[in-house]
Amino acid sequence: MNTADQYLKAIYLAQRIEDGPASTGTLADLLEVSPASVNEMIGKLEDRGLVDHEKYKGASLTDEGLGRAHDALQTYCIIERFLANVLEVEEYQDEARALESVIDDTVAERLDTIIDRPGECPDCFDADRDACERLEVGDGCAD
Amino acid sequence: MSLGQRVSSDHQLTRLLQIGVVLEEVVESRAAHHLDSLPPEERAAIDEEVRELLEEAADESADHRERLEALIDDLEADTVAYEEINALVDAQYGPPEDTDGVLYDQLANEETAYKFYDDLIDAIEASDGEFAIERERLLETLYEIREEEKEGVEEVTEIMEHRA
Repeated sequence: MNTADQYLKAIYLAQRIEDGPASTGTLADLLEVSPASVNEMIGKLEDRGLVDHEKYKGASLTDEGLGRAHDALQTYCIIERFLANVLEVEEYQDEARALESVIDDTVAERLDTIIDRPGECPDCFDADRDACERLEVGDGCAD
Repeated sequence: MSLGQRVSSDHQLTRLLQIGVVLEEVVESRAAHHLDSLPPEERAAIDEEVRELLEEAADESADHRERLEALIDDLEADTVAYEEINALVDAQYGPPEDTDGVLYDQLANEETAYKFYDDLIDAIEASDGEFAIERERLLETLYEIREEEKEGVEEVTEIMEHRA
């Protein structure tokens, strides 16, 4: 997953948290970068037709941006579930964030063959908890 | 969220190598089970060439896994027992429907493993972080494994082409 995909994923989640356009502040918090960096990247994503940006309101994904955000979130979700349920990593969220930039969609899909991911992914992702709402840790089972 | 594609700590490197181990286990387990999972008439139709390919793939993956595990051991991190992963792979494994399915699955496994090592090498090379194992040894091992995965992809492709 590249940096653009990480931003698209964050915008998707921020839109859900805020129930509207994603504000720069929320994106900066989610991505742990400065608001200036967020604004710079939003501009680039807008140029590529992935995001619509309205001054004082925030960023919204275009249809194309939404598709890519879905894919990015699915990959992240697979990595989280793989870490939690296969490798039994307790800090699976932090580690998934550290690994998502190195794990390609193809590789994530292969890892998905050994985890039990629900069909509604990524809609079942809980943005506030930063994990799939069906991911339960501790019983060794995804559901 | 970590922005940028680089590996910067022993911990992160260990996790990635563990993912490599699991991908190898998937290849090994599936290659070993492909023949058993086919219906008897399909199994009889599998020729010697494909049998040899699957046996070699299983042996090679076991070798790759051991080499990755040797690196992980020197990073002094915990790893998951092979038997445990094998059981998970088996539990989620949908058998291929025919001979072509066997070859396609094998191809997908080898291609995924190749892609993984390629990305991992890029991410390590993009980082100037120090690891508990020698960078030269780490990269040399990963280069060799990536090359063998590439050869595996070529071998399966060749068999598929001349059977077509």
